[in-house]
Amino acid sequence: MKNYLQLWLPRIVLAPSFFLILVFVYGFIIYTGYLSLTDSRMLPTYEFMGWSNYPKLFGLRHWKIAVNNLAIFGILYILICTIIGLLLAILLDQKIRAEGFLRPIFLYPMALSFIVTGTAWKWFLDPGIGLESIMHQWGWESFHFDWIKNRTFAIYTVVMAAVWQSSGFVMAMFLAGLRGIDGEIMKAAQIDGASGFRIYRRIIIPMLRPAFLSAFVILAHLAIKAYDLVIALTNGGPGRATELPATFMYSYTFERNQMGLGATSAIIMLIMIFSIIIPYLYSELRSEKES
Amino acid sequence: MISSSIRGNSGANIKASRIFIYLILIIFAIYYLLPLYVMLVNSLKPLEEIRGGGMLNLPIVWSLDSWRSAWSSAQIGVDPSGLRPYFWNSISMVVPAVLLSTILGSLNGYVLTKWQFKGHGIVFGLLLLSCFIPFQIVLIPMAKLLGVFGLAGTTAGLVLVHLVYGVGFTTLFFRNYYSAFPTEIVKAAQIDGAGFFRIFWRILLPSSGPIIVVTVIWQFTNIWNDFLFGASFADFDSIPMTVALNNLVNSSTGVKEYNVHFAGAILAALPTLVVYIVSGRYFVRGLMAGAVKG
Repeated sequence: MKNYLQLWLPRIVLAPSFFLILVFVYGFIIYTGYLSLTDSRMLPTYEFMGWSNYPKLFGLRHWKIAVNNLAIFGILYILICTIIGLLLAILLDQKIRAEGFLRPIFLYPMALSFIVTGTAWKWFLDPGIGLESIMHQWGWESFHFDWIKNRTFAIYTVVMAAVWQSSGFVMAMFLAGLRGIDGEIMKAAQIDGASGFRIYRRIIIPMLRPAFLSAFVILAHLAIKAYDLVIALTNGGPGRATELPATFMYSYTFERNQMGLGATSAIIMLIMIFSIIIPYLYSELRSEKES
Repeated sequence: MISSSIRGNSGANIKASRIFIYLILIIFAIYYLLPLYVMLVNSLKPLEEIRGGGMLNLPIVWSLDSWRSAWSSAQIGVDPSGLRPYFWNSISMVVPAVLLSTILGSLNGYVLTKWQFKGHGIVFGLLLLSCFIPFQIVLIPMAKLLGVFGLAGTTAGLVLVHLVYGVGFTTLFFRNYYSAFPTEIVKAAQIDGAGFFRIFWRILLPSSGPIIVVTVIWQFTNIWNDFLFGASFADFDSIPMTVALNNLVNSSTGVKEYNVHFAGAILAALPTLVVYIVSGRYFVRGLMAGAVKG
């Protein structure tokens, strides 16, 4: 009897979590997936309608703006975070005396919420009281910087604030990667007469491949989920200039009574993230098994 | 030959390049500190001073009025309550959610590494994948379900939400940590007749200190900083700090009290900043553990 209990106990302990995940994650995905095939408005309706929400979504100008913004934001965010993160990691790895002092400064933005970040940058970039007015006061009268109020450039202010928040984290990932590389390799290359720049370009950076991959996956998935920062910084505006898929989903579902379309946009977001994350997790778990 | 000649006059070069490295690092340090500096100095100024420009200047008149206002009297939504009630809302949501998800995560990690059964890989895969879903995919059914169970707009409802969407991460942390723990010790204890919980309690748990710290910090930061769930599911007496701050800053009525906004932003950031300053080392480790496996 006791042995029987011991056999089943582990499964019983794991069951509540597994059940929760099964219902609240996978069940909910199926539910939202079904709603995307209905004509739900303010409340869910369950009458099957077929795929027509999908072509309708892709035909919406509003959605096109959101996807276009995500492309601009995502590419710049990933690229700039990676460049800054790698640069800072390499510089910090040069036996910098103040490393213990500098590293926490580079990293602390990661502890803040995007709402706090958005609030800080919203007023810092505000032409009336922020950067533009500071420059005017310092005597640069012709300085003009109103991107946050400008339909064409507002999305780049979202990139600025997001890079500020995440680039230190990317630095930490690269720094961990650099610290994992055998110092002997560096010495051997130096003895062969390779310059510092060449060693990094030809030997060290290629060895950081896993860190690049992890950084890419994390940043891409953060970019697709980006919601809070836009709400706090620009609230999607001016007009719809900084709308992203996440803000689109929220406003169509809860404010415009177009729940069917909202569900459809959520499914598209899920597909975007899974197409990046599943191959990554699969390869990670497989290499774990092999080792 | 060429390389040795370069090395020949490298003394001055090395010095110049060291200065250059420090210069770049200092410029970036200023860039990262600037928004915090802006928030801090402007939260200590009277409003007229901010309106007059000079956001980077130190206050001429130092004043804590905006802090008092942000904490206890600023208009948020319809109430002139300040952020104080929302601060306590956040606390009473974060504490149980962090505790429960950490306890579940540690037990799950224990089962998944030391009591593996057929299909444990699939269970772990599903838990792991759940960490990365865009939460937009669960907003509609979650709103409906919370309504059905009478949890809509309550702190208990938010605790449930954060528990469900945090348990994947906590399980991942503990699983990776326990998989490095020698299984032989567990096997030996089993032969000695120790049961499931006894082994966990007496053998695994006493050596779990570091991973518990990492998990608690990770969960605390994520749940405290959450905005989407708070904005979607909270009501008057459960609205968390982030949502209240956003309401404070983006309320369209009246004059924009920048100094109060900045003070409020720092108040909202304070708990996670304190955690970060006190245990930065663990915080970083948590980030890495969440990002890359083990």
